[in-house]
Amino acid sequence: METLENTEELLKVFEAKIDAEIKIEPRDWMPGDYRKHLIRQISQHAHSEVIGMQPEGNWISRAPSLRSKKILLAKIQDEGGHGLYLYSAAETLGVSRDEYIQWLHAGKAKYASVFNYPALNWADIGAIGWLVDGAAITNQVSLQRTSYGPYSRAMIRICKEESFHQRQGYEIMWKMMEGTKDQQRMAQDAINRWWWPALMMFGPHDSDSPRTSNAMKWKIKRETNDRLREKFINKTIPQAELIGLKVPDPNIKVIGKDQMGENIYEHSDINWDEFWSVVNGNGPCNEQRLNHHIRAHEEGAWVRECAQAYNAKTNQ
Amino acid sequence: MENQGPLWEVFIQSKPGQPYKHAGSVHAYDKEMAVENARDVYTRRNEGISLWVVPADQIVAVSSSESSSFFEPADDKVYRHPTFYDLPEGVKQM
Repeated sequence: METLENTEELLKVFEAKIDAEIKIEPRDWMPGDYRKHLIRQISQHAHSEVIGMQPEGNWISRAPSLRSKKILLAKIQDEGGHGLYLYSAAETLGVSRDEYIQWLHAGKAKYASVFNYPALNWADIGAIGWLVDGAAITNQVSLQRTSYGPYSRAMIRICKEESFHQRQGYEIMWKMMEGTKDQQRMAQDAINRWWWPALMMFGPHDSDSPRTSNAMKWKIKRETNDRLREKFINKTIPQAELIGLKVPDPNIKVIGKDQMGENIYEHSDINWDEFWSVVNGNGPCNEQRLNHHIRAHEEGAWVRECAQAYNAKTNQ
Repeated sequence: MENQGPLWEVFIQSKPGQPYKHAGSVHAYDKEMAVENARDVYTRRNEGISLWVVPADQIVAVSSSESSSFFEPADDKVYRHPTFYDLPEGVKQM
């Protein structure tokens, strides 16, 4: 009986902190479901950063100039770094880095489905930076205010670095739109293929997102999937129009203005069958992405073993 | 299976004269690798001029939520704060 009362007491303290916008720290008591939600969400976020290196890594050797190659390398290194910030935050929940990676390899942990689409040509690198990173930033800006201290701190650090990612992508698209007819066609083709996957990054509708309510109640998430998606759409359509790109949605229509005087748009719904199909493993590159990660991890095993042996020897 | 190497906590000094602040953690097998990983992960944009890495299992921690009486000695000593004292009128700066 005493434990039960104690738990109720602890829960009260926890909820009071959440209400007062006081961050929860690793050593604080937290409800089991709060911890579970964080473990799932932060590790999925970390895996996404790392898997997200693959579609872009594919273009390092074929970047059209030394300038763009250096930028792409720096961006991909950042993504690896972001993965590490997030694993570092996730590890404070009592699960080791190894376990997280095993869960990924076993298919028990997911990553953002958008990385299961291929980067077919250089314009895709522009579209990924502009749209995929743009969508990620919209989500991450909101998550800076998440209730879990280590996650919030990782988000703040990541947001500082992300805006360069989006700008470099938009610059690629803009340069192509200023270029030849073929380059313009490539840029339009890239937005045609990446627009919908980018919108899917925000996840299912709030009404189909069973975990949203707990996550909102505990302030793990601060804004719902649909709200964030609307923000991204409203921000991005004018950017597309400015450089002469068309968003691949025939139903785009201005339906009002927000408080800042910016347009609010109506748009078509996402093809949810495609969304769930990719989430469930049937996207164009699901197998390739995961297999590549497993192979890289296994091929690096000897490096880890050597480092371990060297440390054991030098510390004797 | 634990083969990522032990965990190290990373502390960064951003400018001369500033205190070291906790930045996050890295995995590494030895000190040299720990400082290099910390540099690559946490200071890619001149965030630091100096850093510490500390094996995470060497840190001793306590927080008020675990031991409510731990910070209590500070509670009943208001005379440690300057606002506790009366000053005669006319004192300009003290």
